[in-house]
Amino acid sequence: MDYSAIFTYMYTEIALIGVTVAALLYDLIAGRRGRKYFHGIMCGVLLLFIGATVFPYHKETAEIFGGMYIYSPISGVVKSLLAIGTLLVFLQADKWLGQKDTEIKRGEFYVLTLSTLIGMDFMISAGHFMMFFIGLELASVPMACLVAFDKYKHNSAEAGAKFILSALFASGLMLYGISFLYGTTGTLYFDDMTAGIDGSALQILSLVFFFTGLGFKLSLVPFHLWTADTYEGAPTAVTSYLSVVSKAAAAFALMVILIKVFAPVVEYWQALLYIVIILSITIGNLFALRQKNLKRFMAFSSISQAGYIMLGVISGTPYGMTTLIFYVLVYMAANLAAFGVINTVEQNSGGKVGMDDYNGLYKTNPKLAVIMTLALFSLAGIPPFAGFFSKFFIFAAAFEQGFHVLVFIALINTVISLYYYLLIVKAMFINRNDAPVATFRSDGSTRISLLLCLAGIIILGLASCIFDGINLYTFGI
Amino acid sequence: MNILSLFPAIPLLMMLGLWISRSRKQILAVMVSGASLLLGLAIALVCIYLGMRADGQTAEMLLTDSFTWYRPLNIEYAVGVDGISVAMILLSAIIVFTGTFASWKMDTGVKEFFIWFCLLSVGVFGFFISVDLFTMFMFYEVALIPMYLLIGVWGTGRKEYSAMKLTLMLMGGSALILIGILGIYFGAGATTMNINEIAALHNIPENMQRVWFPIVFIGFGVLGALFPFHTWSPDGHASAPTAVSMLHAGVLMKLGGYGCFRIAMYLLPDAAQELSWIFIILTTVSVVYGAFSACVQTDLKYINAYSSVSHCGLVLFAILMMNTTAATGAVLQMLSHGLMTALFFALIGMIYGRTHTRDIRELSGLMKIMPFLSVCYVIAGLANLGLPGLSGFVAEMTIFNGAFMDNDVFHRVVTIIACTSIVITAVYILRLIGKILYGTCTNPEHLKLTDATWDEKVAVIVLIVAIAGLGLFPLWMSDMISESVLPVISHILN
Repeated sequence: MDYSAIFTYMYTEIALIGVTVAALLYDLIAGRRGRKYFHGIMCGVLLLFIGATVFPYHKETAEIFGGMYIYSPISGVVKSLLAIGTLLVFLQADKWLGQKDTEIKRGEFYVLTLSTLIGMDFMISAGHFMMFFIGLELASVPMACLVAFDKYKHNSAEAGAKFILSALFASGLMLYGISFLYGTTGTLYFDDMTAGIDGSALQILSLVFFFTGLGFKLSLVPFHLWTADTYEGAPTAVTSYLSVVSKAAAAFALMVILIKVFAPVVEYWQALLYIVIILSITIGNLFALRQKNLKRFMAFSSISQAGYIMLGVISGTPYGMTTLIFYVLVYMAANLAAFGVINTVEQNSGGKVGMDDYNGLYKTNPKLAVIMTLALFSLAGIPPFAGFFSKFFIFAAAFEQGFHVLVFIALINTVISLYYYLLIVKAMFINRNDAPVATFRSDGSTRISLLLCLAGIIILGLASCIFDGINLYTFGI
Repeated sequence: MNILSLFPAIPLLMMLGLWISRSRKQILAVMVSGASLLLGLAIALVCIYLGMRADGQTAEMLLTDSFTWYRPLNIEYAVGVDGISVAMILLSAIIVFTGTFASWKMDTGVKEFFIWFCLLSVGVFGFFISVDLFTMFMFYEVALIPMYLLIGVWGTGRKEYSAMKLTLMLMGGSALILIGILGIYFGAGATTMNINEIAALHNIPENMQRVWFPIVFIGFGVLGALFPFHTWSPDGHASAPTAVSMLHAGVLMKLGGYGCFRIAMYLLPDAAQELSWIFIILTTVSVVYGAFSACVQTDLKYINAYSSVSHCGLVLFAILMMNTTAATGAVLQMLSHGLMTALFFALIGMIYGRTHTRDIRELSGLMKIMPFLSVCYVIAGLANLGLPGLSGFVAEMTIFNGAFMDNDVFHRVVTIIACTSIVITAVYILRLIGKILYGTCTNPEHLKLTDATWDEKVAVIVLIVAIAGLGLFPLWMSDMISESVLPVISHILN
């Protein structure tokens, strides 16, 4: 075997592993003084990494390690999106990490986050179920540590425990399903397995089990029960990472495997998705209506958004893939902007995350209120913000394949979602408050990340070149 | 750059100018110069358009321009106008101009108010110049969402409830439109989003048309105050600040009628013919029910809002008659209603600003106290009830003439029923004028009030000139409209 191929095609993962190890070493040797520069160095390095890998180097698909690992240009695109999301989360986390009890653990945050990112990258590029599973676990286990990062806080520890227990259960189910697949087809390679898929009852069962595992990561209904508690308890920076980056990776991996491996049983997984989409969108929306805590609120909003993302998966076309990636990108910008505001308000006001705390925010912090509003408008799909475009395209993708009723139900739900997004806008702009959040100035790196997200919300939709660029790479899936 | 693209571009620039403005004077300067520029440009557009037609250019859309935006879905930024859209653009420019003057005394959050107001006008202008389904829909939604904050923050009365109700109902309508647009696009073979090209293809299967036509028609009908989806309108208009009521009732509701005509009926003609009877019944109910409701209201804004339901119902009623005369009347009615309802809301805002009440039981004898405003109010009322010489007469006459042309029983009966609204309108308008303007003033506080200031006079006079202009010299406008309506109607009928 020609080992140079590893470096030619696996450059993303290798570079990431390098960065992670370097961060670990720096954490060891840097003293109190060195840690001061840690944040700047990590963001700079990650930025360099994104700059180097944002455009895929190769236009062709390649297999290495005998098909365990598959390089494709589109997976390169998705990996760079994940890295961008991670960078934004890093930028927002500075203030929180600078607190007294987390300052000492600062390095761990970076290392753990980057480990999950490596896991997701392997999961995306897997060509073999074992590889896929290892990537998935690498993405889940450090995530549980991150959720419980504020370990002296009761909520955070509880959230971590809930997350790891349900994650392990989901992984167990998934492994069980994979074992059925192995038993009926005799292989774990994606390419070889397709031929053996004949739609027997056992295989359909394994499809369901496999779907459960990823449905958990995506927090689709009915696998969503961990979401609200974990989102509420986890540190806000981790919550935003969980709601965006982790979902993006899982959605992409799910689509690739459903199309590649389960192509012969397409009507089964489309029926499965059909129900799950309706449930996720509707139940996510209905529960979001009654939330008073913004982090819980965003948890349910992200459940329903995951349902919309699945509209791209159910189409099963290359165009659907494009819309899925574009949707995820736009969702990332909008959701991270919203979480950025929640995070900075929480850090600067002594932990205020209730919806009532946001009453009158526009009077005291107009810029944050406007960013939050635009982010929510984008999430609700209001033009001219990017969310409108991504929603329209993903609806078109599902509509094209004949899912008219499904798209209709999803559309009715956008009106419900608009209602609860407007509730927050109303709180910030219209409601009166005797003791609003005091005026404050966010830290520099949060401001940079919010500006980047804002630029994303406005530009991603209006500049068609980004969508076209993604569309170029999705052919040949 | 195409002259049409300037229409959404100027409000965008105004938003930028407002953003960097530091004082109230600068804000007003930006608004007045921008709004005047828009008005001038709209008048220039009318001249250019008429000139091109006089030169013998017979294409359906003039001043067209397009560039590809999203290739995978064949989405283009495509603009073009015909007589209908030119008339609508002129109307919007007039309302934006007068709305600026009508909100001259705004004191809280002036900057934000005008920024949202400009965003609203971006949407409105963009909608009327677009000939691409996607772009059109995008501008449509751009025009809807600023309403929430404009009403919620600057409104009066039950503003939060009204703002939410209005936004959600209109967004529900736009959800229907979105699915309808997807249906039209994929039904026509997914090759183009251009309205004229889809119409020329004329290949949407009839059973699909039967599904999409009611969906799209109701979707736009929500904004056009189609019974029973009109309930957002009275609450929304009553709670909105003056300029927003003007723009919303004057222009935004026309987006509904325009969309029903241009998208629902033009692109889905077979189903339109087959199913029009359902909507004719609904719009007849709108017309009569709106007028009766207006009779029993006691709030000035509610009266006008229900009167708008009645008059906008007449617009939809007329386009469903599917002949050139009635459709021309529909567009004239859009113009006429836009102008006079804006005048009404402006005057109500001015009266309310002085008396702090809109309850007609507490107002009387205003003619002696503020003669200028009162006379203008009488003029607006007379236009509303269709006095010859003012715009309302021209429009309603054309509509009922056209509607009666169909010689089957159904169309004639509904026309007769709809005609009764004229009488009912006269009842509530005259009762209103008699009650609040004449008689003796019972409230001593009101005796101290003053008449209109110069900024209010500008707003009111511009609108009255437009109303009288349309009423006295209707032909140039109705000719321009009818020659553009003709190809659309003949497409629907064939």
